[in-house]
Amino acid sequence: MNELRTLADYFIRYPFVRYAFAVGLLIALCSSLLGVTLVLKRFSFIGDGLSHVAFGAMAVAAVTGLTNKTVIVLPVTLLSAVLLLRTGQNTKIKGDAAIAMISVGALAIGYMLMNVFPSSGNVTGDVCSTLFGSTSILTLKKSDVTLCVIMAVIVIAVFLLFYNKIFAVTFDESFCRASGINANAYNLVIALITAAVIVLAMNLVGSLLISALIIFPALSAMRLFRSFRGVILCSAVISVLCAAVGIMLSILFSTPVGSTIVTADIAVFLVFCGLSAILKRG
Amino acid sequence: MGEEIICEQVSLGYETGIVAEGLDFTVSSGDYLCILGENGSGKSTLVKALLGLHRAAGGNITRNFSGIGYLPQQTVVQRDFPATVREIVRSGCLGKCGMHPFYTKQERSLAEQNMQRLGIAALARRCYRNLSGGQQQRVLLARALCAADSMLLLDEPVTGLDPKAQTDLYELIARLNREGITIIMVSHDVRAAVQYASHILQIGAKKQLFFGTAEDYQKSEIGQKFLAAGGAAHE
Ligand SMILES: Nc1ncnc2c1ncn2[C@@H]1O[C@H](COP(=O)(O)OP(=O)(O)OP(=O)(O)O)[C@@H](O)[C@H]1O
Ligand SMILES: [Mg+2]
Repeated sequence: MNELRTLADYFIRYPFVRYAFAVGLLIALCSSLLGVTLVLKRFSFIGDGLSHVAFGAMAVAAVTGLTNKTVIVLPVTLLSAVLLLRTGQNTKIKGDAAIAMISVGALAIGYMLMNVFPSSGNVTGDVCSTLFGSTSILTLKKSDVTLCVIMAVIVIAVFLLFYNKIFAVTFDESFCRASGINANAYNLVIALITAAVIVLAMNLVGSLLISALIIFPALSAMRLFRSFRGVILCSAVISVLCAAVGIMLSILFSTPVGSTIVTADIAVFLVFCGLSAILKRG
Repeated sequence: MGEEIICEQVSLGYETGIVAEGLDFTVSSGDYLCILGENGSGKSTLVKALLGLHRAAGGNITRNFSGIGYLPQQTVVQRDFPATVREIVRSGCLGKCGMHPFYTKQERSLAEQNMQRLGIAALARRCYRNLSGGQQQRVLLARALCAADSMLLLDEPVTGLDPKAQTDLYELIARLNREGITIIMVSHDVRAAVQYASHILQIGAKKQLFFGTAEDYQKSEIGQKFLAAGGAAHE
């Protein structure tokens, strides 16, 4: 009880705590919406690939000494999302190989750049915080929050507007094409909002843990729900709750934000696995 | 009667080689065309080419239709895909939705009607992946019906249905045809083909063996041979 009171106290007293919650919950919501589609399209790892690209771009941005890194990171990640999608359809380079290629390539180059042109004395610390998320979520400025809210609103709006089409393209692409829906365009929409979500989520959990944020809520929801809508709603709820709990715990016990949230997601996944086993037997 | 599909000397193939060539036929609106041929003769490939999903290796395909319903031979849906029957049937309406994001009342009631028609209304809230093969086939057919304004393209629709359901389905398709929908159906059932279809297209080893009306087919040498063989295979 005492902890809760301390937390409420923080929440009222410090704006950065409020910012952290706002940004964290929005990111969790966005990533869970997309997660279901990505898991079902067998694109679970696109998150991984793109986040490594974002890591590389982040390194470049750090080298150039820009204060607002998003200016470089966002366009580069969007572009790679499109590229990944294109090469994924190419029969010569299979989708997973393309993702693996781009992701390790970007990781290697990014790490090298950070070492060759160190922007601060503590390279290892920089790398670690880009990979695993830093405490930067607790140092957000108002402008970061505004940017995040705008992007999140765009992602959610696009998702809601195209919800039915995204379902259809995920379920059966060739039927969609046959009935005159431009499946490529919707795949592109999916790739672009994935890239946007990843750039957002880098602030929260860092580039190595983004995939966890995307896939765990979706996988948990798929254990229990039978309809697409049910799965989407459930995974959104799980993801937002886990993010809230994760941020609270990390503030109280000063654990790393990203891994605390992901641990909460894993716990829910295990609980849901257990529940579905019990329900099936009963 | 307008010509909805014109194929002129079309050849079909993959990187691995030509599958069928010299396909030459027309489909007019209101026709009921049955495509016959052995396994691997290129029927499904032809259907995909007619839909624009597969590029013809040569020749010309002219398509003058809109609002086509398609029933694939196999829908590879992942085992764990969460989707209810209703969600899937409704997705057939999407081609007509254009840019507006949600289903209109009409589209929703169209989906309900088509589920009634195929006797799957009771399954509406069930999960697709837990249905039997025949039930899944009906769900996909209901979806195709939602998309079909003027034409229905069916690739072996009766596979996996029990005999009564097969007859029901043939009757349903014939009724739709009488209501003015053009039907193109791939089938191995020669008898049903000559009974219900207005035209027959038969593809053989790499070439077109027959195209014409069902009556002409019954009189033709190849038709009689195939009917005898098909009949024997069914007895
Ligand atoms: N994606 C593909 N790549 C290469 N070859 C293919 C591909 N799909 C089909 N084929 C080949 O094309 C030929 C025709 O295949 P198709 O599926 O059109 O036959 P079909 O007439 O529909 O047979 P069935 O009666 O078994 O459905 C076959 O020899 C097949 O091996
Ligand atoms: Mg076939």
